[in-house]
Amino acid sequence: MFKKILIANRGEIACRVIRTAKKMGIATVAVYSDADARAPFVRMADEAIHIGPSAASESYLLADKIIAACKETGAEAVHPGYGFLSERASFVEELDKHDIAFIGPPPNAIAAMGDKIESKKLARAAGVNVVPGFVGEINDTDHAVEISNDIGYPVMMKASAGGGGKGMRLAYSEKDVREGFEATKREGLNSFGDDRVFIEKFIEDPRHIEIQVLGDKHGNVLYLNERECSIQRRHQKVVEEAPSPFVTPKMRKAMGEQAVAMSEAVGYFSAGTVELIVSGADITGESFYFLEMNTRLQVEHPVTEAITGIDLVEQMIRVAAGEKLTMTQDDIGIDGWSMESRVYAEDPYRGFLPSTGRIVRYGPPVPGWSGDPIRGVDGVRVDDGVMDGGEVSIFYDPMIAKLITWGETREEAADKQIAALDSFELEGLGHNIDFLSALMQHPRFRSGEITTGFIAEEYPDGFQGAPASEELLRNLAAIAAFAGAAHADRARRVDNQLGDELEPPAQWQIKIGDLIQSVELSEEGIEVDGEEVDLSAEYTPGDSLIEAHIGEELLIVKIRKTTSGFAMNTRGAKFEVRTIPQSIAMHAAHMIEKIPPDLSKYLLCPMPGLLVALHVAEGDKVEEGQPLAVVEAMKMENILRAEKNGVVKSVSAAQGESLAVDAVILELE
Amino acid sequence: MSDIIAQLEAKRAEAYMGGGQKRIDKQHAQGKLTARERVEVLLDENSFEELGMYVEHNCVDFGMEKNKIPGDGVVTGSGTINGRLVFVFSQDFTVFGGSLSERHAEKICKVMDNAMKVGAPVIGINDSGGARIQEGVASLGGYAEVFQRNVLASGVVPQLSLIMGPCAGGAVYSPAMTDFIFMVKDSSYMFVTGPDVVKTVTNEVVTQEELGGAITHSTKTSVADVAYENDIEALLAARDFIDFMPLSNREDVPERPTADPWDRMEESLDMLIPANANQPYDIHEVISKMVDEGDFFEVQPKHAANIICGFGRIEGKTVGVVANQPMVLAGVLDINSSKKAARFVRYCDAFNIPIITLVDVPGFLPGTAQEHNGIIKHGAKLLFAYAEATVPKITIITRKAYGGAYDVMASKHLRGDLNYAWPTAEIAVMGAKGAVEIIFRGKTPEEIAEHTAEYEARFANPFVAAQKGFVDEVIMPHSTRKRVALGLRKLRNKELENPWKKHDNIPL
Repeated sequence: MFKKILIANRGEIACRVIRTAKKMGIATVAVYSDADARAPFVRMADEAIHIGPSAASESYLLADKIIAACKETGAEAVHPGYGFLSERASFVEELDKHDIAFIGPPPNAIAAMGDKIESKKLARAAGVNVVPGFVGEINDTDHAVEISNDIGYPVMMKASAGGGGKGMRLAYSEKDVREGFEATKREGLNSFGDDRVFIEKFIEDPRHIEIQVLGDKHGNVLYLNERECSIQRRHQKVVEEAPSPFVTPKMRKAMGEQAVAMSEAVGYFSAGTVELIVSGADITGESFYFLEMNTRLQVEHPVTEAITGIDLVEQMIRVAAGEKLTMTQDDIGIDGWSMESRVYAEDPYRGFLPSTGRIVRYGPPVPGWSGDPIRGVDGVRVDDGVMDGGEVSIFYDPMIAKLITWGETREEAADKQIAALDSFELEGLGHNIDFLSALMQHPRFRSGEITTGFIAEEYPDGFQGAPASEELLRNLAAIAAFAGAAHADRARRVDNQLGDELEPPAQWQIKIGDLIQSVELSEEGIEVDGEEVDLSAEYTPGDSLIEAHIGEELLIVKIRKTTSGFAMNTRGAKFEVRTIPQSIAMHAAHMIEKIPPDLSKYLLCPMPGLLVALHVAEGDKVEEGQPLAVVEAMKMENILRAEKNGVVKSVSAAQGESLAVDAVILELE
Repeated sequence: MSDIIAQLEAKRAEAYMGGGQKRIDKQHAQGKLTARERVEVLLDENSFEELGMYVEHNCVDFGMEKNKIPGDGVVTGSGTINGRLVFVFSQDFTVFGGSLSERHAEKICKVMDNAMKVGAPVIGINDSGGARIQEGVASLGGYAEVFQRNVLASGVVPQLSLIMGPCAGGAVYSPAMTDFIFMVKDSSYMFVTGPDVVKTVTNEVVTQEELGGAITHSTKTSVADVAYENDIEALLAARDFIDFMPLSNREDVPERPTADPWDRMEESLDMLIPANANQPYDIHEVISKMVDEGDFFEVQPKHAANIICGFGRIEGKTVGVVANQPMVLAGVLDINSSKKAARFVRYCDAFNIPIITLVDVPGFLPGTAQEHNGIIKHGAKLLFAYAEATVPKITIITRKAYGGAYDVMASKHLRGDLNYAWPTAEIAVMGAKGAVEIIFRGKTPEEIAEHTAEYEARFANPFVAAQKGFVDEVIMPHSTRKRVALGLRKLRNKELENPWKKHDNIPL
């Protein structure tokens, strides 16, 4: 076994590898760029070597620097994590030349699977299903019909040069092909100047399901069941789970055996993943097709670990050291259900705009890397690479943490996600915690009827917070009154009072949005609009979380005092909760609700600074996310982007002008 | 006897109706509460004791003798906010438009005299059309009586003004002389001369809101400290605000229990200062992680945001916090920020509120706009205020403390009690590059670069200042709260007096 390994990666995955290495008694070396000098993985490793500037191309992607760091520290092997150099065959060969082991698959397998066309050929040869289709010259409509009949309906006819939905036509029958083929050709010619058309099987209700494989250098390859990763946004996975609610034991076996065959065909060892596209419309489960093989550890590997009990990183290290797998296919079972949600520095309330900057407050539901290495603390595991006061930089992936839960059932795993997300504190930058919670509560997600189109279909107009049930609003009212009374009680224990200490008000009026509820607190309990709420909670003014037990249910609420109540955040939504004593409620009724002015059509200067660039002029069309201007403040350039599509109506500032906060730069129509 | 009681009840009922239901409804329709309703929201439930409810005006001109309403347009008395005594007057717009008569003024004066006698804050709620024109000079005299009391009360009891309607002409000078002003957006305004007069005299066309609304005064002019959305928000904020205030200059700051540990560590602060010295960071984070429960009441948050002033608590006791804000104009000192902080420091000093100063200041803002508008005189205000203050003063230099601005920001030389520096502190006459270009004028760029590095090595750290005793200790950012709390405990019995004088002569 190795005595010391180097991790050629950063962030949570570097921490992940270090953790297992520590468990195995192997010393660890971290490499880091300028931006990561103070990152947790650097502190976690036994040694750390600085390898260059922040840009990955000048640090984490430089094989020479990694090898030099190995030489300097005497590391015998390199774990590449995911991304960066993990799927670069030349890096593996280079390591080999320097007698440094690579904790991953052989270079030829990486190379073969890295080639989209070759990998499909290999898959077909190994007896793995690939999406049926015809690549080649199609003579005429009759030929197209013949091909389509062979493939089986529905089929998709696509202009070869097409894209963005143009030049695509779906056919459910021979009739559709006869009617549509010529039209598709014409569209291709008119739109792209190319009338070639190819036909392939159309996968209805597509689901992304993948098989984890694990092999050793002695010819043993096992499949560690599937993961479903259908919940994606713009091809970025958001939620993963294992097993898949769609996969039957029979289907699992078929998929697993094909994945093993695929791996054996390229002499695979170490951990790898065979990605498949599965038709959710075919309930026989026979419509699954090879997409690609990822020759590395996947981000979502923890869900497989949670249901199999196997530490994948440990197995990778053992395999790299030449050990034989100690388990057989029969030993691989499925215990319970596991889900992972990815906490990203992206703001779903603002069109998923990426955000960077300082993490002012970081409080995961359980500390990262605590408890059981595989199932964390009571089935809640946090894999993270950030810390309180840390920074999400512009240089790397915006993932902040992975939240992995395990339960006996799918329901339980999802419920644990909801509770854990409710108590996940993250302040200072925009993040998707509310969105993740909304997904976990979504009835369609709960039903298991998911496809890769889930997010696009369910959130066509973006995200404004998860819908709140009447029951939730009632519970929040009870909690607000309870917390309001706690604040009033404490305020009334100030010194230098005129008479006896006053009791806090017992009757409260709670307003959430337009909903007004009356709450009465008494020795006997809490009543909301005359209905008893069985609430027990502890709260001390200043607490940022309140853990409330309502009957059997646990409700965790993030809470912050405001002038006239509380800002609360739970169950995937934010709530402004006006909390006032009933004695003044009738006066509050006279307050006029002010409609905030629509500022979205203005581009405002977010900070005092110098307008160094203005990219658009009056009359220009702009698209959401398009850079409009650059403001330099404190020698930092800040790019201001369009928040929505529109046309520039007027420009009020000129390049080179010094602007104050909220100065109007331009107005959109 | 029963006749008298019946009369009393009738009078009371009449007084409660103020200017009548129609006017009350009109007030409500504008989103404004009546004078008594405001007092009810402001004070603890059932604690208001009204005095002078039956006072009537003494005007006999223009038919006024036939038009009398008990209370005469202002509700006065006392009550409690979280059990502590406060005095209140609340102008009643439904009664003669809240206009100030001689008797109306007398009622306000009575409240203020009582507050001064016993030592309790005065909260004035302003909603008045101005002077009672029918009374003429008597009304003007009334204003002046109030002004005189505002001045005498200044520094003796905290005075808070809530502007919840019109406040124009001479009337503005009463709130202007109180310690803090809260305004309500869209329904309150303050100006010496209104839009009509402005139009006649200068031909300028301007709305009331633009000329003297809550936004204008809380951003541009600094006349108001905070602008609130509506009456309820402003009144509830006033309760929170009074919770921070001592009852008078004879009392210590209030103390209330907190569960926040005095020695809470904030490891995240160790990573706050960016590696690049020109990159900004938000000093609010230090403040909210230093004070109890992150509870900070900022005054003038929208004016001269390059300096932050406000109240927090350490171990349950009020402190005043002044901090340079690197996020705005790099935290530079200019005319507005100097004036803002100077007044705040003097308030804290007057009321025995210890001052915590967080320093990250690159210097004074250069330019003709500053020099020609008197940065010398205005900057001197802050220097003066810190130098004369005798309350406990704890200073923490987080990063830059350059030039004269270093001296100003509660430095050791201005009788700072505890002057701490984070390891990232740089105490120097100016930034390294500028300094080297002066010391080594005419040298090549290479030489300049070399000397710059040398200068940085010498001054880009807190050690030179520590060697000289200008910095008492270099502390880790994570222990800031603990060091401040410990310091305040030890300074609790601080005694320091300035030489006797009639009063000082701060450069106004």
